[in-house]
Amino acid sequence: MLHRYPKRVPIMMLTLTAILVLYPLWGAALIGDGSEFFLEKLTLMLILGLFAMSLDLLVGVIGLVSLGHALFFGLAGYTLAMASPSYSAASLWWMMPLVMLVSALSALVIGALVLRTRGIFFIMTTLAFGQMLYYLVSDASFTGGSDGLFIMFKPTLAIGDLTLIDLENPLHFFYFVMGVTLLAYLFLHWLIRSYFGQVLDGIHDNEHRMQALGYATYGYKLAAFVISGVLAGVAGMLAAMQYGFANPAQLGWHLSGEVLMMVILGGMGTLFGPLLGAFAYELLHYAFEHLTVYWQLLMGLTIILIVLVLPKGLAGLILDPPRFRLPGAGMKGLFRSGPAALFKARLGPALPHEHDEGRHYE
Amino acid sequence: MNSALLSTRGLTCRFGGLTAVDRVDFDVRPGQVHAILGPNGAGKSTLINLLSGELRPSEGEIHYRQRPIHGLPAHRVARLGIGRSHQKTNIFPRLSCLENCRLAARIHLGGVIASWRSRATARQVDERAEQALATCQLSHRAATPANAMSYGEQRQLQIAMVLATAPTLMLLDEPLAGMGREETARVTELLGALRGDYTLVLIEHDMDSVFALAERITVMVDGRVLETGTTDTIRGSSKVRDVYLGRHQQEEA
Repeated sequence: MLHRYPKRVPIMMLTLTAILVLYPLWGAALIGDGSEFFLEKLTLMLILGLFAMSLDLLVGVIGLVSLGHALFFGLAGYTLAMASPSYSAASLWWMMPLVMLVSALSALVIGALVLRTRGIFFIMTTLAFGQMLYYLVSDASFTGGSDGLFIMFKPTLAIGDLTLIDLENPLHFFYFVMGVTLLAYLFLHWLIRSYFGQVLDGIHDNEHRMQALGYATYGYKLAAFVISGVLAGVAGMLAAMQYGFANPAQLGWHLSGEVLMMVILGGMGTLFGPLLGAFAYELLHYAFEHLTVYWQLLMGLTIILIVLVLPKGLAGLILDPPRFRLPGAGMKGLFRSGPAALFKARLGPALPHEHDEGRHYE
Repeated sequence: MNSALLSTRGLTCRFGGLTAVDRVDFDVRPGQVHAILGPNGAGKSTLINLLSGELRPSEGEIHYRQRPIHGLPAHRVARLGIGRSHQKTNIFPRLSCLENCRLAARIHLGGVIASWRSRATARQVDERAEQALATCQLSHRAATPANAMSYGEQRQLQIAMVLATAPTLMLLDEPLAGMGREETARVTELLGALRGDYTLVLIEHDMDSVFALAERITVMVDGRVLETGTTDTIRGSSKVRDVYLGRHQQEEA
């Protein structure tokens, strides 16, 4: 019952997937010259969607708010850059497992430490680990300092001499990223409905009770932290392939904050929400950036407005579609109770339950 | 030590300068319903929290089946077959009744991985959860989210969850707290039905229920055990009358 959604959710997700898959058919016609550029934007949105989903496992499902999730994202980029040969392309067959292994090990070590803390202290320790690595790579010479490292060749995906997917080709890369994101979505979708996921739900609602029942909650949280770190690492590797470099900004707390906003914007704990949240965030970002140099001001205001009007994010909008029936009789009621009634009417079903209050900070 | 299922010797718990539980010797015999009485602040809940591993004793020992368990974390204690319910309603509000009980049963049937591996185990989990709901007369509520039920039903669910862990010893902290008269009667009857199959340690303020259910009673005052004995001993004890029941009557007068 938890994490079970009405049919319109899979239908919507399939429709959006189909629209993206068919991009070559409509992209050039609709956007024209900028279609190549927009394809790269879409690829980035998919990557960030994967990143946001990985964070959602911690923030939305277990209720662990991490402000250092970009650590795994950036670390994977550096792993790719440092492990790639200088004058030829690496093979994705070993690069991908390597990146996942590095992410898993770092998540295991960091998770083992930060999961000993709770609430605000968890936020602070994750932030601290993220910043530690940030300053390390910004200053160390082997990581290229604040310039970062360049990745001259994208890894290849080939069997023998046969190239399966040419990742240098933006369209191929787009499809590849899409496949990875889709696989990650299906995996997480299965995971949070599994017995393991039910334990995570239990920890979210009442960790103390889980322990009293006999669950060693620390181990479950650590396992989820590692899974989340690995998926963030995969996203980070794809991003570094896309950018062609690994840069300290890819693991700074700015990005950790941004991905958290994507999760909140999309709707915590819903998985498809954060995926949509990443798209929405990037689209807003892109639109505001073109409007004014003070785009961050607009961005901030928009986020605040959305959080106020849609406490469950975009997912809440889909799961609990707003009813436009106003209190009182139609327009008369609106005039009597003012525009606030409009918001109230929309807020109604989306308000969190009483049990939701403050549970992330228990 | 003796024939006790659970026993404590010199059990002490201090919070800073406050000694909540003070050198308590406490024995629970197998198959009995053992009630703990005492005024507010007597240390009853602290004692239960010590027994369940949710608090660590400052001093003293707890033995369960002749084995020391003091210092074990709560989940290890629970796995030994000591189930507990809390004074405050403590359920998973977003999950259905059945899922609440499944979660309780699963960890005592090999955990997540066993259910994953074997269909038979997963089915066993379901059966045990359904049985626990049936015992607590909540079968008709199996699919209802826990937060959509009445307070009394949530309290019943809490007992069902403890049952689903198939415990040997149940520690129930005020299972009747905040219930109406009808609900109290129903849950008292339910607890009476469990007598014999389980060993129960019960904190309760409802005297009628306590004297109807318990075979042995321990009265605590200011963190110490004032008296332990059968219900008749406690009824006849002048110490208890003076300090606890007496004071109660004086207040009423």
